[in-house]
This record gives sequence, structure tokens and C-alpha cells, in this order.
Amino acid sequence: MRLKYPSSVKIVRVPCTGKIDILHIMRAFEKGADGVYAVGCMEGDCHFDSGNFRARKRVEQAQKILHTIGLSGERVQMYNLSSSEGPLFAQIAREMTEKIRKLGPNPIKLAVKKAA
Amino acid sequence: MIVADKKPIEEIIEEVKDHDKILILGCNECVTVCEAGGKKEVGVLASALRIYFLNQGKEMKIDERTLERQCDQEYLDEIRDVADDYDAILSLACGVGVQFTAEQYFSRPVYPGVNTCFLGATEERGLWTERCQACGQCVLASTGGICPISRCAKRILNGPCGGSSNGKCEISKELTCAWHLIVERLKSLDRLDDYEKLFPIKDWSTDRAGGPRKVVREDVQL
Repeated sequence: MRLKYPSSVKIVRVPCTGKIDILHIMRAFEKGADGVYAVGCMEGDCHFDSGNFRARKRVEQAQKILHTIGLSGERVQMYNLSSSEGPLFAQIAREMTEKIRKLGPNPIKLAVKKAA
Repeated sequence: MIVADKKPIEEIIEEVKDHDKILILGCNECVTVCEAGGKKEVGVLASALRIYFLNQGKEMKIDERTLERQCDQEYLDEIRDVADDYDAILSLACGVGVQFTAEQYFSRPVYPGVNTCFLGATEERGLWTERCQACGQCVLASTGGICPISRCAKRILNGPCGGSSNGKCEISKELTCAWHLIVERLKSLDRLDDYEKLFPIKDWSTDRAGGPRKVVREDVQL
């Protein structure tokens, strides 16, 4: 399809979104990621039955933690789409990039620069 | 196991905000199983605190460590070499672990990172319920394996009381009356005769009423 999506999006492949842990999301922010989003299969279509539901819960927990510590919970999102929806994948990437751009960079990066 | 619940991050921030170097100390036992203070929770909390304090412009060294147990001296000794590097220890163990760590590292403040709740079981993922109050004199042999001390709101030994209706306790319609469960269990074991036997007045001195308790076992002492 040769679809384009923003080059700022870095893909971390996992066998199933159920593998994603809050710790992975938190560490990403600690290392300076501006946003994190999980792209899982459609709800009800998980090959492992409930992996994408688990991911959604963990994403929600990460949102709460980030909100508590003063980072916008909006920086973490969960999306569901099927493997044949390439155009939607590219659209989500653009949407998320736009959303993060509006929120601005991860304040941690600025804080680290200041401390250095 | 000992069941604990996470403390809100805001409360933990208040506890440690005046320190510059802290060690978050997890425990591999009960609190790992109830997902409140194991290695993973230590990691998530450490990340959250690092992000928070960096964001506040405060440079704080926050390290992570998880011990096999915090209620045993031999495991607590593992941090003997590094404890001096920190201003404070934030323990994610149960109240026992927090206190024992504080006793072993007397010159360092030790803060609790979890709320210790009760002795209970994992009914399903994310649901833990109380099963034992460590009263020191187990009556389970006579009650069909269901504990009236921990599972009856009034801890009565000759129940049910008048507040039991349709098998539910008067304090909550969600809570099954412990004595209803006991009678049902004894019935299925064909041991209803046991229910006819009256419990004598319980000696509560082995419970908390007798003050802090200890077990001395000369047979295993070295």
C-alpha cells in the first residue's frame, strides 16, 4: 500500500498487546517519549482471548499514574483495529502525532536538560 | 498470605519529598502475589517518582531493589552494604517488613509504600478476601473449615445471630453470613451434630487482647 505515517512514531513489536505492561509505558516516558499508544486487535478478536482488554486496562492505569504525577494522561492511548486496516493504522499514527504535538514535548526532557 | 494494597502516589510523595536519595525496597513474597509491592510495583513506583521529582526540578536518586523477604534478617542483610548510600528507605513490604527493615536499619527513616490489610486468599485476579485473623486458637476443626472469627462481622462462636437473613449478613447484602456457610458445610459433611455443640467462652488472650504476641519454639531454636 506504501502508506505514509509520521517518522516520529517508533514501533515496538510485541506478540500481543496483552504483553504490554504499565512498566513498559512508564519507562518509555522516563526515557523521554512524548507519547505512547498501544495498537491492538479489535475487541473480541484477540487470538489469546483477552490480551487487548488487558492492554486497555493497563493503558488506563498508566493514564491515571501519569495524571497523578503531573503528566497528561492523554499522552497514553489505546487503539483497536484489525490487521488488514493499514490505512487506519496510518491515520491513527497521524492522529496521535497531532495530539501529542498539541500537548507539547515530554516535560522530562526539558527537566533533564535543565539539570545537566 | 498477607494482603496489602497500594498507597496513593500522592501520599508516598509526601512521605519522601524531603529526601535526596531513596531506596525503594520490594518484597518477593505476599505483596508480590497481591500485586502491591513486588519487583514490578517497585519499578512502576520508581518510574513515577523519578518523573514527578524531575518535573518538579528536584534531583532525587531513586533506586530499586527487591528482596526475597523483608521479615527475615538474612535477606535484609543483603542491603547492608548499600543502605548507607540512601537517606531513606521506602518499603513496599507489609507492615511486618517495614518494621523489621526499620529495626535493622535504625538510623534510616523507613516509610511504608503499601497499606497492609489482612490475612487472606486470592479469590480471583484482583480480588482478595479475608480468611484469618490470627486469633491464636484455631477453631476450624469444629466449624467445617470456615472461620467465624474472620468471616463473621461479630466474630461470634455460636451463630448465626439475628442479623442473618437469607444467608446474608446484616452489614452488607454482598456478604454471606459465615454461620450460614458453616451450617451448609456441616450439612454437606453430614456433621450437623457438631453444630449442636456449644463453644465455650473463647480465651481471647491469644488474640490481640493479650497484647503483642510471640511464638517461642525451643525445639527449633539453635
